[in-house]
Amino acid sequence: MIQVQHLSRSFGDFKAVDDISFEVAGGEIFAFLGPNGAGKTTTIRMLTTLLAPTSGSITMDGLDPARHQNEVRRRFGIVFQDPSLDQDLTAAENMDLHGVLYHVPRRIRHERTEILLRAFELWERREQRVKTFSGGMKRRLEIARGLLHTPRILFLDEPTLGLDPQSRNQLWSHVQHLNRTEGVTVFLTTHYMDEADRVATRIAVIDHGKIVAIGSSQELKAQTGTESLEAAFLKLTGTAIRDESAGAADRMRQAAQMWRRR
Amino acid sequence: MSAIYILWLRELKRYTRSRTQIIASLAQPLLYLLVLGFGLGPVFRLSGNGNYLQFMAPGVIAMTVLFSSMFSGIGLLWDRQFGFLKETLVAPVSRVQIMLGRTCGSATTAMLQGALVAVVCVVAGFRPVSLAQILPALGFLALTAIVFAAAGTAIGSTLKDMQGFQMVMNFLVLPIFFLSGALYPLDNLPKPLVALTHIDPLTYGVDGLRGMLIGRTHFGPLCDLLVLGCVGAALTVLGAWRFSKIEV
Repeated sequence: MIQVQHLSRSFGDFKAVDDISFEVAGGEIFAFLGPNGAGKTTTIRMLTTLLAPTSGSITMDGLDPARHQNEVRRRFGIVFQDPSLDQDLTAAENMDLHGVLYHVPRRIRHERTEILLRAFELWERREQRVKTFSGGMKRRLEIARGLLHTPRILFLDEPTLGLDPQSRNQLWSHVQHLNRTEGVTVFLTTHYMDEADRVATRIAVIDHGKIVAIGSSQELKAQTGTESLEAAFLKLTGTAIRDESAGAADRMRQAAQMWRRR
Repeated sequence: MSAIYILWLRELKRYTRSRTQIIASLAQPLLYLLVLGFGLGPVFRLSGNGNYLQFMAPGVIAMTVLFSSMFSGIGLLWDRQFGFLKETLVAPVSRVQIMLGRTCGSATTAMLQGALVAVVCVVAGFRPVSLAQILPALGFLALTAIVFAAAGTAIGSTLKDMQGFQMVMNFLVLPIFFLSGALYPLDNLPKPLVALTHIDPLTYGVDGLRGMLIGRTHFGPLCDLLVLGCVGAALTVLGAWRFSKIEV
């Protein structure tokens, strides 16, 4: 479903992603793990057509994102690290807007909206504005929205950040359910090792822009001789703390969080 | 087309839902209208220019359109901040369509706000000279709205965060307003001011609107129409180009 070969991306002298290669098979739940600034989000941005690679090739469902941008965009759904809903619109309106942007015919749009909102337990709240939703509900709505156009691949970039254990548990149950029933391939990143351990069929660990290990949770533990995925992860990436410099986007994110709290 | 429509509709829905904001943005035009309108009225009359409220009401309406369309265009920054922008940028829709949808939406809401202020002006005592001219007046309002909504989109695509917003407000929006002849006639101005007022696009919006509403114009409606049309087209192209360069 996804083939990545010798993919690199530099920002000036800094190599954010440095010659990585991996494959994700159809129907897999693939976890991409790494410390802050390791290159996870840069990789997702390249896979999702938001950023052009410096070198290397990507094939998504047989297509090159650089050349067939719109066809590729139709084939994936994405839940970004930061919320991307329109807070002043209702849940149903957010779904509808997404459906129109993805050229989903009206009848199918309405049918799938109902199926997905029911599946994510948001149907009763569909006429309410998103700003009245809890963090977990917003996250669920974003995933439901990402699935509206029946994508082949679903990208989840740290979808459980800031959620309570109940919401996290429920969210992953939903994702696993959809993976089984609709056969959607899932590509996820997370900082919670227990989540990756629980849902992912395969895991890649990335650090300093390079993939340092790839395999199932069992294989990674065996390879490092550790008991838990967390220990394996720390052994692979070291214990030093990574500090990302805050760019304009991060500063706005902080400001946005301040506003949201009101 | 459907993408342009749905993004236009979104701007409209957001506008009609922010009632407090609609009412709050009536305060400033009202202040100009009542305080300046009645305060400077006697001086204006003594100088032989007639009724100041009649003269400045089209200016205040144009000002409302300027502020409202400019802010709505720069509202792009808020979408960037609250993340919604990304949702539209990964959709299988060209950026030009997204930009056009947003800009048309901003322009439409600015026109509605301008129409609302026009009603307030009528309540305050403003009387348009002919009802038949209301329709072309709305045309000038629409052109003015498009010019500044496109300018707002271009600026909103270029700015990275909210700090730049205050700069734009003080160094661009307010000068555009004060140099537009919204508050004073363009006759017998000192040379530098003549030059500045002539390069301000809002001048032509105010002049066209005034021509339709009170039958008094400096450049003539055709000139106003041409200038607004050309500047509007140029700024839309500029806005679309800046928008296509956004990286999230």
